[in-house]
Amino acid sequence: MREAFPLLIEACQIALVLFAAPLLAGWVRALKCWTQGRTSPGVLQPYRNLIKLFSKDIVLAHNASWVFRFTPYLLFGSVLMAGAIIPIISVDLPLSATADIIALVALFAIGRFFIALAGMDVGTAFGGMGSSREMMIASLAEPAVLMTTFTVSLFGHTTSLSEMVRFIGQQNFFLSPSMVFAAIAFVLTLLAETGRVPVDNPVTHLELTMIHEGMILEYSGRYLALVEWAGMMKLFIFTSLGVALFVPWGIPQGDDLMDIPLAVLIMAGKLALVAAGIVLAETGLAKMRIFRVPEFLGTAFLIATLGMLSHFILEM
Amino acid sequence: MTDTLHRALVADLRESNIIELPQGGATALRVPLPYFVRSAEVMKTAGARLAAEWGVDETPFGNGFAVWAAYNLGTEYLLVTAALDAAKPAFGTLTGQYLAAFRFERQIMSLMGLTVKGHPDPRPWIKHEDWPQDAYPLRKTCDASAPMPRVEGTYQWIPAVGEGVFEIPVGPVHAGIIEPGHFRFQAVGEKILNLEARLGYVHKGIEKRFESLSWQDAAKLAGRVSGDTTVAHALAYAMAVESAAGCAVPPRAQWLRGLLLERERMANHLADLAALCNDVAFAFGYYQFWNLRETMLRMNKTLFGHRLLMDAIVPGGVSVDLAEGAKEDIALEIHGVIAEFKRLMEIYDDNASLKDRLYGSGVFPQSAAFDLGVVGIAARASGQGLDARLQNPFPPYDTVVPKMHVLHSGDAHSRGWVRVEEVRDGARLIAEILAGMPTGATSAPLTAPAAGSAGFSAVEGWRGEILCWVQAGPDGGINRCMVRDPSAVNWLALEQSIKQDMVPDFPLVNKSFNNSYSGNDL
Repeated sequence: MREAFPLLIEACQIALVLFAAPLLAGWVRALKCWTQGRTSPGVLQPYRNLIKLFSKDIVLAHNASWVFRFTPYLLFGSVLMAGAIIPIISVDLPLSATADIIALVALFAIGRFFIALAGMDVGTAFGGMGSSREMMIASLAEPAVLMTTFTVSLFGHTTSLSEMVRFIGQQNFFLSPSMVFAAIAFVLTLLAETGRVPVDNPVTHLELTMIHEGMILEYSGRYLALVEWAGMMKLFIFTSLGVALFVPWGIPQGDDLMDIPLAVLIMAGKLALVAAGIVLAETGLAKMRIFRVPEFLGTAFLIATLGMLSHFILEM
Repeated sequence: MTDTLHRALVADLRESNIIELPQGGATALRVPLPYFVRSAEVMKTAGARLAAEWGVDETPFGNGFAVWAAYNLGTEYLLVTAALDAAKPAFGTLTGQYLAAFRFERQIMSLMGLTVKGHPDPRPWIKHEDWPQDAYPLRKTCDASAPMPRVEGTYQWIPAVGEGVFEIPVGPVHAGIIEPGHFRFQAVGEKILNLEARLGYVHKGIEKRFESLSWQDAAKLAGRVSGDTTVAHALAYAMAVESAAGCAVPPRAQWLRGLLLERERMANHLADLAALCNDVAFAFGYYQFWNLRETMLRMNKTLFGHRLLMDAIVPGGVSVDLAEGAKEDIALEIHGVIAEFKRLMEIYDDNASLKDRLYGSGVFPQSAAFDLGVVGIAARASGQGLDARLQNPFPPYDTVVPKMHVLHSGDAHSRGWVRVEEVRDGARLIAEILAGMPTGATSAPLTAPAAGSAGFSAVEGWRGEILCWVQAGPDGGINRCMVRDPSAVNWLALEQSIKQDMVPDFPLVNKSFNNSYSGNDL
């Protein structure tokens, strides 16, 4: 029985990523409503939206190829896979051993590559524009994400996520300069990677300004539901990753099933706080001009590099 | 009212060539057709602006067609007309003198079927290619109740060629709930080379419809030329009719009209500021400004029975009046709106990320603003001191004088800021109008304009100067009602102001102009 516990925990985590991601998205949207002085439709609204989309017919362009039809599944699968390997409710996940931090970034890159292809597949102008913008942002965001996580890797002497989180979780809390730099860089890249203001606007209706929305403009029904759901999971995963890397205290080190309920509660609290932070940033900022995004992500990269340097200079 | 233009024209063309026509609201001069272009040259030299140009089918009078042009300099509006041959109506283009004539004349060619000699771009405008080539809806021979046959046709876009140049077709149906219009961008990467707008998707045949309505009923139609500008359009129509009929409007009605006009201006400016915030994803500002607009609309509903104030203005006066205690209600409401507005402006003006988007976006140079003859907010944000409330100061604006706010940078920020200043000034105007509100009747009986008489008016709607010209036919009904929404000239400005920008900035720049599709397409 005991040997099945890791598998059960893994299953729990996958279920959590799947079904709690819309809740986090709903929480973010509800908070946004409140900061703008509006009544929110409730934190459960993303679930209703998904159910609605799943029950709708698919409208497919005549010239849509297999890439267009295949991408939602691939995107959904790759993001879910990423959700299975990061330590959210336990550091002792069986799947975690299969992939390290570099593989995690690569998983996101695969999904992004295909969604960009799908954006161009139907041949509309907006899809192509969205794809080209997404690629520009990706080419700058991915190095920044890697640099950030490498800084944490140096700290934990490993690129395995589980080992990193385990190591940091065993330390007493103290502010190390390299981790502070890495955390700041991570927040900046999180906003870019998950398509939030000030980099992208997830609720815009202006085709010409769209980035992520431009690529998925032709999707409908079940496909759109999968893409939207994957987007919510990505937000969930990125915030969870941030929490795991920078405030891992509370994530169980062992494989005892009894720890899981408490771990979920602690995680929920942390995520709710991080979401509040994201909402505050989004409320106070306008979307930046697209050619400012390289400066923004360049700053993230630079801060991450400073974190790495400060590790060598101050902490070795 | 000065008469600089009048004297300049008389001096150049000699008195014997000029016939002054019966006309209310402005001076109308008929010149022989060969002098029509010459008159535009004289106007250009005198520094006047071409405000409108339109064709009239005068066959009910036993004449042929006529072409009209309205010029403006300072407080003077001068109308110049020339009679055209009934069989082969043609006149020389004014585009050599005035760029603004470009669209006016394309519209005259498309809808009235007059030939404009020397026009650089004879492609149809407003009338789309699936209409028969020889269908000219504004002619009396065209039966508006008969269905229009549908034909095949293609629209010739201005082509762009070169390495890496591609086209982005946007619209006419957009992802958001806005009016329909097609924008064709030619771009290299994110950089815009050229933008060609194509409108006419909401052409409803309003000008033709006027001709089948009574003078009273037409006021309702005028109030629906552009739904967000219903007060100003209805007022422009009412004033044109009253000037043609020689109807004196009671002072209280005039002041109530001023009140309604300023309320419409404030509410729409607040909505535009909200929309500017929304287009740069500053959702907080969007909802807060929108909330203020909503406050005003609800008060409109309570006091005047309609949120947008439709049908409040009728020829001869107004159909609404201030109830007991309404003055206090308005004063309280405006006080609350302005207090909240002040707090919001501190946030708006202090937000670096917002400034970064607004400053320097969609620069519309002052020289271009002068050349294109743009009006309203777009003109005042680009250094042009134009405001029809000052150019045509009908009561209450002769005593309650609006402040004109002219900015010079011509970017999205300055167009936004003109609105900010006008919201503040609007609160002052409303307070002063309420304080000085005369007592008495709210409408006078309207006698129908005499056969052959004409009336002209200029009203500053919230977008800018609205012109209306009506002509009574031989039967005493409406022979022609010309409406010129500010958008008819300001759409050209959008095309010119976007050339230095990149594709994702277009929605913001477009919103900073916020032209009306409906008012343009008629």
